[in-house]
Amino acid sequence: MFNLPLWLIPVLPLAGAAWNGLWGKRYTERAVAAIAVGAVALSFLLSVLAFAGLGGEPRIESYGAWIAAASFQANFNFYLDPLSSVMTLVVTGVGLLIHIYAAGYMTREGGYYRFFAYMNLFVFFMLTLVLAGNYLLLFVGWEGVGLCSYLLIGFYFRKNDAADAGKKAFLVNRIGDFGILIALILLYWTFDSLNFSQILPRAAELPVESDAVGPLTLICLLILMGATGKSAQVPLYVWLPDAMLGPTPVSALIHAATMVTAGVYIIARSGPLYVHAPDAMFAVALVGGVTALYAATIGVVQNDIKRVLAYSTISQIGYMVMACGVAAFSAAIFHLVTHAFFKALLFLGAGSVIHALGGEQDIRKMGGLRRSMPRTYWTFLAACLALSAVWPFSGFFSKDEILWEAYSSPYGGVGLWLLGLLTAGISSFYIFRLFLLTFYGLPKTAADAAPEPAGLEAAHSAYHLHESPPIMTWPLILLGMLSLAGGWMGSPFLFGGSDPWSRFIAPAFQLAVIPGEGAPAHSAQTEHLLMACSLLVSFAGLFLALLLYRWRPALADVLQARFRGAYQVVLNKYFVDEFYRFLFVRPLVIGSSEFLWKGMDMVAIDGTIHRAARRTGRVGDTLRRMQSGNVRSYAGWMVLGAVLLIGFLVMWTV
Amino acid sequence: MSALLNCVLFLPAAGTAVILFLPRRRPAAIRALAVTVSLATLALSVALPFGFVPGTAAMQFVTDRSWMDSPAIRYHVGVDGISLFLVLLTAFLTVLSVLISWRSVEEHVKEFFFFLLLLETGTIGVFVAVDLFLFYVFWEVTLVPMYFLIGIWGHERRVYAAVKFFLFTVVGSLLMLVAIIWLYNLFGTFDSERILQALASGAHTLTFLQQFWLFLAFFAAFAIKVPLFPLHTWLPDAHVEAPTAGSVMLAGVLLKMGAYGLLRFCLPLFPDAAHALATPIIVLALVGIIYGSLVAMVQPDLKKLIAYSSVAHLGLVVLGIFSFNQLAVEGAVYQMLNHGVSTGALFLLVGMIYERLHSRQISDMGGLATPAPVLATLFLITTLSSIGLPLLNNFVGEFLILLGVQQERTLYTALAATGVVLSAAYMLWMYQRVFLGEASERNQTFPDLDRRERGILLAAVALMLLMGVRSPFFLRRMDASTAALLDRAGLRETRVERVVPSEVAPASGRFIEPPGRRPYIGTTEVVP
Repeated sequence: MFNLPLWLIPVLPLAGAAWNGLWGKRYTERAVAAIAVGAVALSFLLSVLAFAGLGGEPRIESYGAWIAAASFQANFNFYLDPLSSVMTLVVTGVGLLIHIYAAGYMTREGGYYRFFAYMNLFVFFMLTLVLAGNYLLLFVGWEGVGLCSYLLIGFYFRKNDAADAGKKAFLVNRIGDFGILIALILLYWTFDSLNFSQILPRAAELPVESDAVGPLTLICLLILMGATGKSAQVPLYVWLPDAMLGPTPVSALIHAATMVTAGVYIIARSGPLYVHAPDAMFAVALVGGVTALYAATIGVVQNDIKRVLAYSTISQIGYMVMACGVAAFSAAIFHLVTHAFFKALLFLGAGSVIHALGGEQDIRKMGGLRRSMPRTYWTFLAACLALSAVWPFSGFFSKDEILWEAYSSPYGGVGLWLLGLLTAGISSFYIFRLFLLTFYGLPKTAADAAPEPAGLEAAHSAYHLHESPPIMTWPLILLGMLSLAGGWMGSPFLFGGSDPWSRFIAPAFQLAVIPGEGAPAHSAQTEHLLMACSLLVSFAGLFLALLLYRWRPALADVLQARFRGAYQVVLNKYFVDEFYRFLFVRPLVIGSSEFLWKGMDMVAIDGTIHRAARRTGRVGDTLRRMQSGNVRSYAGWMVLGAVLLIGFLVMWTV
Repeated sequence: MSALLNCVLFLPAAGTAVILFLPRRRPAAIRALAVTVSLATLALSVALPFGFVPGTAAMQFVTDRSWMDSPAIRYHVGVDGISLFLVLLTAFLTVLSVLISWRSVEEHVKEFFFFLLLLETGTIGVFVAVDLFLFYVFWEVTLVPMYFLIGIWGHERRVYAAVKFFLFTVVGSLLMLVAIIWLYNLFGTFDSERILQALASGAHTLTFLQQFWLFLAFFAAFAIKVPLFPLHTWLPDAHVEAPTAGSVMLAGVLLKMGAYGLLRFCLPLFPDAAHALATPIIVLALVGIIYGSLVAMVQPDLKKLIAYSSVAHLGLVVLGIFSFNQLAVEGAVYQMLNHGVSTGALFLLVGMIYERLHSRQISDMGGLATPAPVLATLFLITTLSSIGLPLLNNFVGEFLILLGVQQERTLYTALAATGVVLSAAYMLWMYQRVFLGEASERNQTFPDLDRRERGILLAAVALMLLMGVRSPFFLRRMDASTAALLDRAGLRETRVERVVPSEVAPASGRFIEPPGRRPYIGTTEVVP
């Protein structure tokens, strides 16, 4: 029973998408949700079976040729190893919970069938991405998830800013895809194949390109370019914050748990290439580390609950990318998994809050939701602790492993470790700022609205604050448990764990070890020290958040006023969007319109042609006058013609 | 078997003859006849690829008879892997053009369908003619019906556009005629197969200078038709003013005649000249890709936007052809088909919007997805096909072209691939302005597609999907012909020795095969 064909896993959601897309309009919301959730549930079940049947060797299935011309051939083939198996479990597992949640969340929104058709289509493409057995098929999933992201960000397409955000996401991703496309082509001409099963072992036999920039370095940098697009890393991260205009379950599934981690996946998948290209590795680590810190700083001052989470996602993926950059692929994927749990939970919790507040997203206008939304409160707290990497929550184990690797790996160093450590502190600060402003204090809008300071109870009744229905809270609770306990599968030896995670995932990365380097020497003492540092920093961030937003709220305003300039810069996201618009978008549009179209096409080319036409016309007009109808002038022309003709003949014969 | 191709070629012409005898006051009968004839032609041409033997480069379904003794003009027709699917594409798009004109053409119905069917015969003739004079005849036959389609059933500035179209094209084709006659004087035959044989056997040779001028004369005709930058300015005007069916045929198949001519005649007949001029032509093609995309981005007129996107797409095709690499050439042929289907469908969609709004200005649209979800969905799929989303048709062609070109020059690939980003930019921006946002008061009652329109578009969308996932069916039939074409042009050998050693080998070179081992061209072995 473990040998059901792999293609069933992605095809089930595709069938669900097709059914709901074509006929969903005719059925009730309940039926639509049942099909969508059922498709993902079955797919999850099959993923579990495939996981259980996983042997030592990767399982490869081929379903025939997709593109075959001359000497080139690319097949539809799937490749199941521990890495892709984990990814399918995350995509279908977390995807299933989010689908269930969305079945409740989306009821008031309209376009129910359309929403679930897109969601299932997304799951199909994401599964294709992670199961693909060659880079070209991976690219199918890669582009496909981008499409679904476009469709779902722009789900409320009547709102112009949502449509803008969708388009921006697609375009920025396309810039990255340009890199992937060139990388694919270079891969083919370097390895004569696009299959993982052929490329990866051969890459592992290559010497390390430590002196010269060779094809591997180029390929790896181009893949990194694609990853910065899809995974929202510097400099192509700008689309993700805007993507929050999509429905909240979409943010949870696509823009937190799964799609945005595709960049990490492709780098990890290409691990054997990367470890032979140290320059590219350094670039990866740097991009990851810088993004982690940079995005975290922006997250500190944002006031939209989903935007804070978006910057947090960018920052956390930065961690994963940094881990890849120090060849800690196992740690990167571990963090990918735990992050999928707690970040999906954070988004769904935020959705629950937004739901209760009738669409309000500004955390300055929230507050005091602790009592009225206990399930959301407790699960959200678990996720915040996991994000802050507090022991024993899941984020602690994965983040700690990344920090340790950043410190100890031959490609790492103290600098990267410090970047990661600083980010950890800031992360802990911004997430508890969010948490405290949302769940503690008084409901702000209610307090403002009431003529005299109203009590908590009054505010609650005024706003009909309520906990979300069970269909939404159960996924929260399950994700909460995973956020709490999910890290123990990677519990390191230090805690007496056997680290089943590393043992399980290791075969996927056995080719992706740095040649000539053994495993970094594990000094338990150093590791304990670093761990203590990161815990300390996490608590420092937590403490600072409590100080500023719970114990001394006035202090936050004072600080804000004191560092007004810096605050404004960070609040406006370092003006990067404006910078891009000024530098790229406007010159392109204006140049194309004024110079290329109106200048070149209309004036230079058509102008020349029209002038030639007019001149031809004028010549004809002049010649026309020869036929004046005047007999004497005809005689004159005849004489002239005869003279010329005779003259010509005489000249010719002489 | 040869009867099949002759039927495909002359059935539409026979249809025009019948239409002449149908009474003008019965438009329904004329329409019914047009649709029957075009469907029958399509049905016959669908049989072509199934009767076609892959693996051989020889012309198939051949008829080779003398037409005139002096000058020796032959009725020599046939298809190979390059022209096979272009015939099919023509038949397919003619059916769609007939159906889309069902209601939109109310006046001069008889003449309209007469010209449309005549255009079909002319276009198919261009793709199947082997004799150069025959080719020229069909080439000019396409010009006349298109001139009238634009000039009579077009929009406001139709006369200007029709004349511009006619003059541009005729300048090029007259130069080609001169070259054809010159070739006849040199070889004593118009038959391109016989000329190629004479060249191959060494019975005749062309000096480089002869090749150079002959190449340029042919190239002028084809480059205008493609159109290659900077000869493209007739295209936006012709498209904007043409009726929907005219735009579909123009973009779908007439432009392909240019690219096809380059591949069929310019490369094998004048290989040295092609080689010498490849770099400037590639530069023009690259300029076309980027320039066409950028200018498309800022068009306020929907039809013009798509017209400029054609300049970009065809630039990629020309790039593929002049890279002299088999993968790129196959990609280019595939891309001709893809562009025909996708851009054809885009013009159909724009036509449907125009029928409802009586405007082509993007600013008059907006929010159309709300009143017309089916139209919006089909438009989106076509848009995605056009910007090269994998699993849809264009991706396959674009990828193969880029893959093949890369073997020649990395820079070319990188520049051409910017088209990937730019096409997404102009198409999605356009889509947003047309379909997303809030619909204006006037557009609230915008009617969605009816059953006929849905059927037309579903056929196109089905083909996009089919060509996106089942490409080997098409590509495998092109292998032998494209290989032979590059072989005959003597272009393959030059490539191999030129490229292998330095460009791909990494510093180590450990797993890179020695030169010559890699099956560059022609082998069809299956790589697992």
